[in-house]
Amino acid sequence: MFVVVVGCGRVGAQVARRLVDDGHDVNVIDRNAEALQRLGGDFPGEFVQGPALETTVLEAAGVERADAFVAATNGDNTNLVIAQVARDRYQVDCVIVRVLDPARAALYEQKGLVTVCPTRTAIDSMSDALRVFAASGAEGA
Amino acid sequence: MYAVIVGGGKVGANVGRALLRMGHEVSIVEARPSRFATLEAEFEHMARYGDGTEVFVLESAGMARADVCIAVTGDDEDNIIIGQVARDHFGVENVVARVNDPRNQEHFDLLGVAPTVCATESILSLIEHEVPQHSLVHLFSLRRENLDIMEIGVVGESRADGLTVGDLPMPAGTLLISVLRRRVGRVATPDTVLEAGDQVVVIAEPGQESALMEIFARE
Repeated sequence: MFVVVVGCGRVGAQVARRLVDDGHDVNVIDRNAEALQRLGGDFPGEFVQGPALETTVLEAAGVERADAFVAATNGDNTNLVIAQVARDRYQVDCVIVRVLDPARAALYEQKGLVTVCPTRTAIDSMSDALRVFAASGAEGA
Repeated sequence: MYAVIVGGGKVGANVGRALLRMGHEVSIVEARPSRFATLEAEFEHMARYGDGTEVFVLESAGMARADVCIAVTGDDEDNIIIGQVARDHFGVENVVARVNDPRNQEHFDLLGVAPTVCATESILSLIEHEVPQHSLVHLFSLRRENLDIMEIGVVGESRADGLTVGDLPMPAGTLLISVLRRRVGRVATPDTVLEAGDQVVVIAEPGQESALMEIFARE
């Protein structure tokens, strides 16, 4: 499949690399040219530099023919807007959005977006680890 | 009426002042600490500190009972999300949003955040009105109603030149509402005779520009 990944930070760059390793075609968008370095020198896809809110930038990365779209910039609102644009304007079948704020993640999940909320994941993992410890009876030992 | 204004810059603060003078109740949400301090000195408890795209901040500003949400931050993606959250989560019926970069207008339209106000577009249409480069100038868009109001110059020897308003072959979905002659505007009657140099104001559904130009502007 062909995937457009927006945001080439720690998350976006690694998602792009993994998809390439799995044999998929991937283009990446980031507003900063230096972000390209995170992909490594042998990255086979295209890197488009520019703000992802601009349709010319999305189109240069091939959003019109994308099977999947990943919104992983460091801005929740930017991610939520471009994800809806990818889904509603370019009819991309699979759209995945990173949203740090759990409240907004829940709201937009109700509106049919596939949201990934690292904050919620961290809260769940931490409280689960603490529950395991409490249940073990080791506290105060 | 209760208005929640998100974004307390020049636009937000002045809208707040104007609404207060009109006797309305307002809250102004501002995320920048130094700007908030300035606002609090003037607006006291009506100024609220916080990121207006956070649901709990909007909640504590009373968005649930707001009659209107005014999203006027300097970031278009924030204004879109504020508008959507106000409408879809808090059930606010009226949302007004500011477009900072006119290239983002299409996103506001696509994602249903309307009506919008864009300073750049307003300035451009004023320039067009004062110094027309074309004989057809868009004056105002009623986006939600899907109607445009435009001004068209009557060119000599065009089909309209010398006809009465009643005899004009106006395309379906258009209506001539007034005639400006020598800077004086009058509401059109069917007997008004058009002359070259008149400006007519027409309200129309989108996409009628070329049909209108055929009548008023083509020699």
